[in-house]
Amino acid sequence: MENQTPLVEMRDMHIAFGGNKAVDHVSIDLYPGEVVGLLGHNGAGKSTLIKMLSGAYKADGGEILINGELAEINNPRDARGYKIETIYQTLALADNLDAGSNLFLGRELLTPFGFVDDDAMEAETRKIMSRLNPNFQTFSAPVSTLSGGQRQSVAIARAVYFNAKILIMDEPTAALGPQETQMVAELVQKLKAEGLGIFLISHDIHDVMELCDRISVMKNGKLVGTVRVEDVTDDDILGMIILGKKPMKNTS
Amino acid sequence: MTKDKQSYFASLGIDGRLLGMIGALVALWVMFDLITGGRFITPRNLFNLSVQTASVAVMATGMVFVIVTRNIDLSVGSLLGFIGMMMGALQVHFLPDLVGGGHWSIWIITCLFGVTLGAIIGSFQGWVIGYLAVPAFIVTLGGFLVWRGAAWWVTSGQTVAPLDPVFKLLGGGVEGTLGESLSWALGVFATLAALWLLYLSRKRKLAHGFLVKPFWAELTVGGIIGVVVVGYAAFMNAYPIPARAAKRIYENKGLELPDGGSTLVYGIAIPVVILLIIAIIMTFMAKRTRFGRYVFATGGNPDAAELSGINTRMLTVKIFALMGALTAIAAIIASARLGSADNNLGNLDELRVIAAAVIGGSALSGGFGTIHGAILGALIMQSLQSGMAMVGVDAPLQSIVVGVVLVLAVYVDIVYRRRAGL
Ligand SMILES: Nc1ncnc2c1ncn2[C@@H]1O[C@H](COP(=O)(O)OP(=O)(O)O)[C@@H](O)[C@H]1O
Ligand SMILES: [Mg+2]
Repeated sequence: MENQTPLVEMRDMHIAFGGNKAVDHVSIDLYPGEVVGLLGHNGAGKSTLIKMLSGAYKADGGEILINGELAEINNPRDARGYKIETIYQTLALADNLDAGSNLFLGRELLTPFGFVDDDAMEAETRKIMSRLNPNFQTFSAPVSTLSGGQRQSVAIARAVYFNAKILIMDEPTAALGPQETQMVAELVQKLKAEGLGIFLISHDIHDVMELCDRISVMKNGKLVGTVRVEDVTDDDILGMIILGKKPMKNTS
Repeated sequence: MTKDKQSYFASLGIDGRLLGMIGALVALWVMFDLITGGRFITPRNLFNLSVQTASVAVMATGMVFVIVTRNIDLSVGSLLGFIGMMMGALQVHFLPDLVGGGHWSIWIITCLFGVTLGAIIGSFQGWVIGYLAVPAFIVTLGGFLVWRGAAWWVTSGQTVAPLDPVFKLLGGGVEGTLGESLSWALGVFATLAALWLLYLSRKRKLAHGFLVKPFWAELTVGGIIGVVVVGYAAFMNAYPIPARAAKRIYENKGLELPDGGSTLVYGIAIPVVILLIIAIIMTFMAKRTRFGRYVFATGGNPDAAELSGINTRMLTVKIFALMGALTAIAAIIASARLGSADNNLGNLDELRVIAAAVIGGSALSGGFGTIHGAILGALIMQSLQSGMAMVGVDAPLQSIVVGVVLVLAVYVDIVYRRRAGL
């Protein structure tokens, strides 16, 4: 894997809000078919880091390479152009619209005359939902009327539908029950097998250890370090998160 | 409401809020009709009511988009005044010298000029709001003062009259109507078109294998639309043109007044036809275009819209440009109806327009609002005012009642939304 070109390379990324250095010269990378976990306390800068990749924020500095080539990502549209899809921590759903409208927001299916084709979008939404979350049945109500888990599956469906190459999942299981969480885990494994690269942000160390190949830990906007999962224990990771120290052995 | 009735209306696909508004409107009409001893629900009064509603209702459809995106436009009344004066000055003081007095093209040039001017001014205000991030409330409060002042400047406060005769037809006077046969034709055509659209939508849904409404429900909805539209046409056709005006019309056409007097009737007024066209276009825009979809998405969650790649700043410019263009159309109707343009044109209209949209279910917190709701809202407000005037309620009490009704309507709306879990 190491002599392959990385799918994503973020080099020396930094961004500050006022005086707050939210992300402070961080470099991470991601290979095809790999899941990289991002861990760290609340406010460590994980969401901010991946938002620079998804086009939500414009970095103050640093460079992003996609397949080894310098990428210009100035807005979410650019990121979608590079086949980067994101499940945001906040889900980023328009609560007043139904599942289909949210799934296709910004990429509506159109009739031959150029009008929004709600029926076609609903049909597609039903198809993908039957695979992702067969319990999902509410297709014409505003997503504000849905449960947390259902809303999350809409956000996940949106990221998966458009054949992403790079998937960013920011706390994708935060609102899910055990069964739905298991479904997401299976989805991650399936997508990984299809060769996608996935950044997975999660609070659950156990989840991350199970699903990820490598883990990058952040603290106070800085990268503590990146380790291979097989080289470390849960306690090593905890130490990195809490103390901000890399374990002595097996640095990779 | 019992469960049975609820499921009945649910299968019709009519939501509670629409039903409530129609109920309120009918209740108002019946009440005023009883109090005035049958003078309210007459062809004559409903003709006037619909013509009076048209100008505010046209603007209210645009205000829906503005409010849905969590903005407000306080400038529409003043802007209506300014555009009205500009169009008046153009057709009375300039165009006769350019193309000749009474030329057929005067009204067309005037309307195009007005709508373009409205769109330009609207997009400028939208640009300040979207790109310079000055709150809409402030920008349009400024516009409220600026355009009223500018309206005075156009002619130093002098009333512009008389307006072009063809232009005046757009205001819906004695001759500014479709007349009998065209009114029938419009009623029938509109009904058939509605049925056709219902059929197409049903066919599309069936093709995707979705559940559709029961057939009787589809027919009922189509039937209601047909009865309302054809009924309105019939009602307007039952409004005879007064003898003296009819005589003049016959004379102008070089005809003899028939024995037994004129059988001429008003029919549907042109401003109402304009409103109908605008309503259809705006509904279509809201539901079936990307622009409309983005308006609602941005209103529901601006961040989500942004993250979906929607250019919300440009969207704001477009929304206000549309509002400006619709204000110009309202200015055409209002000044044509008056037959002149004066500095008072559109005074306080911003409040009527906002009230109409809000009573019609546009939530100031964003994300919700319908075109038909706003038009119904305008009709309810106008009914309330005309009714009170007819009953003889004095002006101060009128404004108190309207104010209370506005607050009450929004409160009911909030309770309704909370119950529906929206
Ligand atoms: N849009 C913003 N404006 C100001 N500060 C922000 C913004 N986004 C994030 N921050 C700050 O950046 C820091 C990192 O936040 P975040 O990336 O959300 O952390 P995490 O996702 O690791 O919990 C926090 O201190 C947060 O307050
Ligand atoms: Mg976060």
